[in-house]
Amino acid sequence: MATTARSGGNASGSTAQRPNGTQQNKNCQFKLVLLGESAVGKSSLVLRFVKGQFHEYQESTIGAAFLTQTICIEDTVVKFEIWDTAGQERYHSLAPMYYRGAQAAIVVYDIQNQDSFQRAKTWVKELHKQASPNIVIALAGNKADLSNIRVVEYEEAKQYAEENGLLFMETSAKTGMNVNDIFLAIAKKLPKNDGAHNQGAPAGRRLNDNENNRQTNNCCK
Amino acid sequence: MNEEYDAIVLGTGLKECILSGMLSVSGKKVLHIDRNKYYGGESASITPLEELFQRFNVESPGEKYGRGRDWNVDLIPKFLMANGQLVKLLIHTGVTRYLEFKSIEGSYVYKGGKIAKVPVDQKEALASDLMGMFEKRRFRNFLVYVQDFKEDDPKTWKDFDPSKSNMQALYDKFGLDKNTQDFTGHALALFRDDEYLNEPAANTIRRIKLYSDSLARYGKSPYLYPMYGLGELPQGFARLSAIYGGTYMLDKPIDEIVLGEGGKVVGVRSGDEVAKCKQIYCDPSYVPDRVRKKGKVIRCICILDHPVANTKDALSTQIIIPQKQVGRKSDIYVSLVSYTHQVAAKGWFVGMVSTTVESDQPENEIKPGLDLLEPIAQKFITISDYLEPIDNGIDSQIFISESYDATTHFETTCLDVLDIFKRGTGEDFDFSKIKHELGDEDQ
Repeated sequence: MATTARSGGNASGSTAQRPNGTQQNKNCQFKLVLLGESAVGKSSLVLRFVKGQFHEYQESTIGAAFLTQTICIEDTVVKFEIWDTAGQERYHSLAPMYYRGAQAAIVVYDIQNQDSFQRAKTWVKELHKQASPNIVIALAGNKADLSNIRVVEYEEAKQYAEENGLLFMETSAKTGMNVNDIFLAIAKKLPKNDGAHNQGAPAGRRLNDNENNRQTNNCCK
Repeated sequence: MNEEYDAIVLGTGLKECILSGMLSVSGKKVLHIDRNKYYGGESASITPLEELFQRFNVESPGEKYGRGRDWNVDLIPKFLMANGQLVKLLIHTGVTRYLEFKSIEGSYVYKGGKIAKVPVDQKEALASDLMGMFEKRRFRNFLVYVQDFKEDDPKTWKDFDPSKSNMQALYDKFGLDKNTQDFTGHALALFRDDEYLNEPAANTIRRIKLYSDSLARYGKSPYLYPMYGLGELPQGFARLSAIYGGTYMLDKPIDEIVLGEGGKVVGVRSGDEVAKCKQIYCDPSYVPDRVRKKGKVIRCICILDHPVANTKDALSTQIIIPQKQVGRKSDIYVSLVSYTHQVAAKGWFVGMVSTTVESDQPENEIKPGLDLLEPIAQKFITISDYLEPIDNGIDSQIFISESYDATTHFETTCLDVLDIFKRGTGEDFDFSKIKHELGDEDQ
C-alpha cells in the first residue's frame, strides 16, 4: 500500500518531513522529465500530481518548471525531481540539458489528437537516442475524461507501448484519473538498490547559499 | 514568429542567455533566436567528438578516443570563481539547480620554466618554493594586510590610501620583489598585463580577496567547473528565460535587422517572416557592421591521455604563465579538465592554451603553454577577433555584447552582461525580486 506525502525537498532541507515511515527508510531521488506536444496537458499532470490542483485554462508553462514530489513504496521514499519543458519543445528547441541524467520520462499525448500521438512516438525515439539507456519511459494518453470524443484508440496505444517497452496509462489531469498511479508505476519500476542507478552519474555538487551544504545530490545516500 | 516582442535576443551564447533570462524575469516578452541548431554559440561545448573534428576539418578519429558522445569540448576555456559574479547570478536566479559543479583541483603559476602551486594563505606562503626565506615573510605580511583590509574602515588601511596610491606603492610598502609581484598580480589578482601597477591599489586588493574568498568557499582551488562542460551554462539560463515566458527558436537564420525612423530597430526578418520588437540584444556575429576589432585571441584545444606533469596527477588544473616569465605583454593561460567532468571519455583529458595575440605568429606565442601539456594527441587551433560594439546602443536600441576575452574566468563576462542590462532597461537588475518569486518552486 503506497501513500503520497508532500515534504520539503532535501535540496532545501528547510521544511520538516511528515512522519510517513520509519527512520530506516531508504531515500531515492530521481530526475523525471515530461515530453509531448504543446497543450497535451504536461503541466496539468504535474500540477495534479504535486499539488492536487487542476486549472481548466492552464496557461502555457510559466513560472514553475521544477517541482518535486515524494512517494513512499514499502520501505523506500522516492523523491521525483520533475522537469517541465517550459515551452521549449514548441520550436524543437529543447536543450540537451533537459534529457541529461533523466532516470524517468513521461511522454504525454492527447487522446483527442492523432498528431500528438505521432509526436509522442517521435519523442520516444528521441529519448532512446539521447537519454540514458536505462531510462524508464511511461506513455500517458491524457484527457481521458473526454474519451467519448477520442481519436487515439486505447488498444493501439497500448500495443505501441508494449512493443517499445513503455509503461502505459490513459490519464486525466482534470479528474485525477491514473495520475498518481502512473507516477507510482514509474517509481516501482525504477531501480532502488543502493547506487544502482548512479552508475555513470556525475558526483558534482550543487551550488548553494549555504556553504555547509556540500551535498552531492546522489540518490540513496 | 510574426508577433510583437519587447526584446529579441539573437544568439544563445552565455551572455545572451543570461540577458534573456534577466529580461524575461523582469516581465519583458522575449523572443530568443539562434541561427545554429544548438545552444551556446561561441560558448557551446561540442559533442560528439566527431563534430569537433569536423568543425576543424580534421579526419574523423574513429575509435581512438573512446565513445564520441562521452565528449563535450568547450570552444572557449573559462572557470567560475567560486565567490564570483557568475556564481551569484546562478544562485540568485535559481539556475544553479539545473547544474552540478566540481572544484578545479589545482591552481598553479609558472616560474623559471617550472610550475608551482599558487600560495594563498600564510601556511602556503611559508611552504611555497616560489620565494626565498625572507621574501616569504614579507609576502605573508602582505597577505595578512589584504585579509584584514576593509574598504569602509580606514583603520585597516594602515597609513596607506588605497584609492589614491597605486599598487606598485603597496608592493613597495611591503618590500615585495619583482617575482612575488608577478605571481600576486597575475595568479592571485588575475590581471592579464601590468597596467594595474599604476592604478589605485583598491582594485587589486579586491581581486586578491575574491581569489581567497573563492578558495575558502569550496577548498582546493578558487575555481569551479560545471559537469558536462561550460555549454550547460547558457542552456541553464535559457531555461530560466523559457520558464518566465521566453520563446525559443533554434536553427532560424536572421536575414535582416529592420530599422525604423532615426535608425531605431523595429524588428528582425527571417525569410518572409518579420518579428517586431522594441529592442535587440545580440552577439557581434549578428551585426558585423556595428562592431569593431579590438584585438585577437588564440586558443588551442588539446586532447591528452595524461594529467599535467608536476600537478600531483590533478584531474583538473589551472596554470597561469605571467607575461614577464616568457617575455610577453599579456599572460598565457593553460587549463585542464577531464573525464571526471564528463567532458571526455574515460582516461582522457582536454587541455586548453589561450592568450591575447601579440605578434603575426600567434602559434609560436602559446608554445610555453603547449610545452607544459606535451605529449599532445591532437591539437585544434582557433584565432578569433575580439570584437566590441561601436556605440552604446541607446540610439538604435541594439545592444551588442563584446566577444569573450582571454581571461580565465567569467568576471568580465558578467560585468558586460550587467552593463548591457542597465543600458537596455535603464536600471540595475534586481536580484532580490527573482529569488523571492522562485521560492515556491521547490515544494
